[in-house]
Amino acid sequence: MLSKSQARTFFLGGTIVTFAIFLGLSWNSLSNDVPKQTNPQNLTGQVVRGKHLWESNNCMGCHTIFGEGAYYAPELTKVFERRGEGYIKAALMTQTPWAPRGRKMVAYGFSDAEANDLVAFFKWVGEVDLNGFPPKPDVSR
Amino acid sequence: MKYHSQKVAYWFFAAAILLLSLQIVYGFIMGFAHMGYDGLHSVIPFNTARAVHTNLLVVWLLLGFMGAAYYIIPEEAQQELVNVKLAYIQLISFLLVGVAAIVGYHLNYWEGRKFLEIPRPLDWLVVVNVLTFLGIILATLYKGKKRTTTSLVLTMGLVFAALLYLPGMVWFDNQTMDSFFRWWVVHLWVEGVWELIMGGILAFLLIKLTGVDREVIEKWLYVIVGLTFLSGILGTGHHYYYIGVGKIWLIIGGIFSMMEPLAFLAMALFAVAMYRKGEKRHPNKLALYWTLGTAILSFVGAGLLGMAHTLPQVNMYTHGTLVTAMHGHLAFWGAYGMIVFSFITFALPNLTGRKLYDTVNGQLAFWLSNIGMLGMTAAFGVAGVAQVYLERKTGLEFGAVQQEIEVHFLVLVLNATMFATGITFYIIEFFRYGRPNNEAIGVEETL
Repeated sequence: MLSKSQARTFFLGGTIVTFAIFLGLSWNSLSNDVPKQTNPQNLTGQVVRGKHLWESNNCMGCHTIFGEGAYYAPELTKVFERRGEGYIKAALMTQTPWAPRGRKMVAYGFSDAEANDLVAFFKWVGEVDLNGFPPKPDVSR
Repeated sequence: MKYHSQKVAYWFFAAAILLLSLQIVYGFIMGFAHMGYDGLHSVIPFNTARAVHTNLLVVWLLLGFMGAAYYIIPEEAQQELVNVKLAYIQLISFLLVGVAAIVGYHLNYWEGRKFLEIPRPLDWLVVVNVLTFLGIILATLYKGKKRTTTSLVLTMGLVFAALLYLPGMVWFDNQTMDSFFRWWVVHLWVEGVWELIMGGILAFLLIKLTGVDREVIEKWLYVIVGLTFLSGILGTGHHYYYIGVGKIWLIIGGIFSMMEPLAFLAMALFAVAMYRKGEKRHPNKLALYWTLGTAILSFVGAGLLGMAHTLPQVNMYTHGTLVTAMHGHLAFWGAYGMIVFSFITFALPNLTGRKLYDTVNGQLAFWLSNIGMLGMTAAFGVAGVAQVYLERKTGLEFGAVQQEIEVHFLVLVLNATMFATGITFYIIEFFRYGRPNNEAIGVEETL
C-alpha cells in the first residue's frame, strides 16, 4: 500500500512536472500564437483606448467578449460584423438607456471620439482568430 | 478551543456571513432583472450588481479561509498566534478595502475585468493585507512546536493564492494576453490552490470529527492535492480554447480538465471512507453533515457539472452562456461555501462553549440551503441549455432568446428564496451561540 512519503512524492512530482509543461506551453502560445492569431500590428492607440473604456466601464459585467463576461447582454466578439458602426455608436452615445426588447443598458453618453475608440476595439476583437468561436448556427428554424 | 488567540476566528466568520447575506441580496437583484423587473437599474445597474455579487463571494470565502487558518494553525502548531492585535487590524482593514471597492462599483469606478474588478490602487492594499495575514500565520508556524502536514498544505494553499494574485495586476494592451493571464489568477485559484486550502481544512475536520489516525488522513490528503495539481494546472487550457491562442490547448485543456473531477471524487470517497472507518462519533452532528455534504456536493458541482461542458466540442456551444452560471453556482457553493460553513459549524461550539450540536434550526439551515442551491442549479441548467440551442444552434437573436427563458428565472428566484431561508436559519443559530469566551478554553470534546 502507498506510504505517506510516496504520496508526498506523487504530489510534488506531479505538480512540478505539470507546471513545467504549463509554463512551456504558455511561452509557446505567447510567442507564437498571439502574433499569428491576434494581429498585434493592428493594436493602434485607438484600439487600446477602446479597451480601456471597455474595462473602466465594466462592460464585461453584462456582455461577453471572446465568450467571457456576464450573460445579461449580447456576445460582442462579432458585433462589428453583425451590427456595423452606426448601430454600435448609437447605443454608446445615446443619453437615454438603450433598451432593445425592454432590457436596459446604462446610458453612457460617450463622446463621438470615445465611441470611435470602442468601435475600433470591437473591429480588432472581431478579427482575432478564435479557433472557430462563436459557432455558426446550423439548425434551420 | 485550546488557545486564547483562536477567538479571533469568530470575528472572521461573523464578517464572512454578513457579506454572504449582502451577496444574496445582489443575487436577487440580478435574478429579478433577468425576469424583466429592473426597477433598480438607475441606481444599481446589472454590471454593478454582478461585480458586487462575485466580489463579495470571493471576499467572504477568503475571510472564511483566513478565520479557519487562525483557528487551525495555533492548534496544529501548538502555539498562540504571534500577534492577535495585528490579526484584528488585518480583519478590519480587509473589510474597509472591501467596502471601498463595493462603494466604488456603485460609482462606476473599477478595473472591469471579470472577477478582478477591484481598482488597481485597492489591489495594492489587498496585497499588503494578505501579506500581513501570511506573516502572522508563517511566524506562528515557525515558532510552533509542530509542523503537521495539514497545516503545511493549508499554508501552502494560502501562500500560493497570494502569489497567484500578482499576474492579474499586469496591464496588457492585447485582450488575448489580458485574458490569458487573468485565468492564471482565476482558474489557478479555484481549480488549484483553493483546493489545497479546502483539502487542508477538510483533513483537519476529519481528524477531529472521525477520530481516524492523522497519518492515514494526511496520506490521502497528499494524494488528493496531487490529483488536483496534476489535472488542474494543465486544465487551465479549457479557458484557452477560444481566446485567440493555438489549438494545442483544445487537446491539452480537454484531456486534463476531463481529469479534474478525479480530485473531487477522491475527496468525496475519502470523506465518506474516513467517516465509516472512524469508530467513534463526535457529538457535533451538524458539523459532520456539512463536512460530508461539502465533499459530495463539490464533486457534483465542481467535478461533474464542470466536466459536462469542458470538452471543446461542447464548450464551443456553451462557452459564454448561462450553462457556465449553472456550473459556477454549485461549484462555489459545494466546494468553498460549504467548507467554510463546515468549519464554522465545527468551530462555534468550541469557541463559545455552547453545544448546539444538533438543533432544528441547524438542520433546517443545512437542508433548505442545499436543496435551494440544487434547485437554483437546475434552473440555470435548463435556462442555459435552452439558450444554447436557440441562440447558438438556431441563430435566434440574443434578446429574443432571453425573453423565451425568462420563466426559468422565476424558478431560480423561488429556489433562491429557499436557499436564503436556509441561510437565515444559519444566521439565527450563529447568534444563539453568543460570543467566544475564555471559559470555552480546554472544554472542547475530543475523540
